Amino acid sequence: MEAIGVLMTFPISTYLEQELDKRFKLFRYWKFPLKIEFLRENSSSIRAIVGTGRVGGGADTELINSLPRLEIVASHSVGLDKIDLVKCKEKGIRVTYTPDVLTEEVADLAIGLILSTLRRICECDRYLRSGLWKKGAFKLTTKFSGKSVGIVGLGRIGSAIAKRAEAFGCPISYYSRSEKSDSKYKYYPNVIDLASNSQILIVACPLNDETHHIINREVISALGPKGVLINIGRGPLVDEPELVSALVEGRLGGAGLDVFEHEPRVPGQLFGLDNVVLLPHVGTATMETRKAMADLVIGNLEAHFLNRPLLTPVV
Amino acid sequence: MEAIGVLMAGPMSPYLEKELDKRFKLFRFWNFPQKTEFLKENSNSIRAVVGYTTAGADAQLIDSLPGLEIVASYSVGLDKIDLEKCKEKGIRVTNTPDVLTEDVADLAIGLILATLRKMCECDRYVRSGLWKKGDFRLTTKFSGKSVGIIGLGRIGSAIAKRAEAFGCPISYFTRSEKPDSEYKYYPNVIDLASNCQILIVACPLTSETCHIINREVINALGPKGILINIGRGPHVDEPELVSALVEGRLGGAGLDVFEHEPEVPEQLFGLDNVVLLPHVGSATVETRNAMADLVIGNLEAHFLKKPLLTPVV
Repeated sequence: MEAIGVLMTFPISTYLEQELDKRFKLFRYWKFPLKIEFLRENSSSIRAIVGTGRVGGGADTELINSLPRLEIVASHSVGLDKIDLVKCKEKGIRVTYTPDVLTEEVADLAIGLILSTLRRICECDRYLRSGLWKKGAFKLTTKFSGKSVGIVGLGRIGSAIAKRAEAFGCPISYYSRSEKSDSKYKYYPNVIDLASNSQILIVACPLNDETHHIINREVISALGPKGVLINIGRGPLVDEPELVSALVEGRLGGAGLDVFEHEPRVPGQLFGLDNVVLLPHVGTATMETRKAMADLVIGNLEAHFLNRPLLTPVV
Repeated sequence: MEAIGVLMAGPMSPYLEKELDKRFKLFRFWNFPQKTEFLKENSNSIRAVVGYTTAGADAQLIDSLPGLEIVASYSVGLDKIDLEKCKEKGIRVTNTPDVLTEDVADLAIGLILATLRKMCECDRYVRSGLWKKGDFRLTTKFSGKSVGIIGLGRIGSAIAKRAEAFGCPISYFTRSEKPDSEYKYYPNVIDLASNCQILIVACPLTSETCHIINREVINALGPKGILINIGRGPHVDEPELVSALVEGRLGGAGLDVFEHEPEVPEQLFGLDNVVLLPHVGSATVETRNAMADLVIGNLEAHFLKKPLLTPVV
């Protein structure tokens, strides 16, 4: 299969690069500053795109249109917001992603964000390392166990988060497009009601046109000065300027964020706050999970080019 | 009850101070640099000591307070109280179990996640602008890793319940096996350490458990293993721990307690595989209020000749 051209959009994984290199003619898109020229020269040999969930890492309309021989987009992510799915369906291009293998990892990080935000773990660690403990105790923080948790999106990741939060004695409620009849958790038909009734609000839904800025000023106000927002979904699920001003003005109690609207740019006003935890989109970033994701991408590509059933198709 | 003298061992809680002040004649021990003179002048009026994790009631203090009837500790740990001497002299002792169990268990899980996923490093990475240059490196997964707990009391059990939700197989060591426990028992700490990836110290500090985490245990846990200490600093042979971490013989550590608090070995500051917290296990507003209320409740019960709420002795 070495002659098959595969375009990798973003340097998400050296292991994946290596494995793609062994099997295909790999083009590393990020190494070509002059994209138009690169495409003109190489587009006819590219039959697959390996995309990611990162900003700039997808297969948008423009890219798809410039690759006439594109047959498959294999995304190294479970999020599909960076792929023009409609265009792929239209052109008969297959799309695969990496569900399940990353569910636990992301759910773990959501709990980690809750604990480090509420208990100020990173601030405490900084306090100790700067020698301040010798001068006095760190201030009191607030308990996690028993606080009400509201989850936006009760898919694989949302459910895994709920299962973990239950072990901390947290009552769980959720919002999703439609109520899940076999769920034991309390359903709210809109995000504002969910936010009004939760102390911790977690964003775990896919990003699409309907969910863009689903966390807006009204939701943030409903969550309130004692509420905490956790985002392990996508940056654009949250109206970031609104979030920043709410945090700076004390209208929101705190936030644990793994994603931002314009990654890797993060609003500088957040850096001075002690009630936020800011992570560089590491939701799936462990050796174990990234290997499993890469293996799934490779597995899907091999299946496609060997005319076998795709492992995890979306389209 | 204003005439009853109560000696508060340290500045453990402004809220507790206030509440004690309202009810008793409160002596703030830390405000008297000349301890011997203070005791000479006031010992006769002191009928209660309120202790905590840093200072409680050792033999010397107990001996210098002839009117001492009760030691009420603002902690669940009793390592700073000479229990033998209290029993001998008929002095009651109370602590603050249950109200702080969840907070400490929560912190243990927080330490595991922060250590394995290098959360504090990642947060520093973002704030320093490094994310614009490239991604943070890969870390390691928590869910599914084997967890070993030393001490399966209230706190150890609460930690186990939480870790189970992350799909972690749980094993434990205690002085004697718990027949109704669903978890796997190991009869000694080295076997436990050899068979888990994350080892958590959650037992009381006594003369038997001092340095229960020693060089052998650390070696058994190994270069991919993580130690979490939410018990007491002296549970761990700290110099051995530091050299194991610096030399890479231990994979990482999440520590809320140290042998000589608030001093922390500086060789740890340069490491990115440790999370260091200033003894905040129970340090939330909710829990510290509940602990203070329990201390007050025990003292009131004692002086009103009612049953103590949470007696140890």
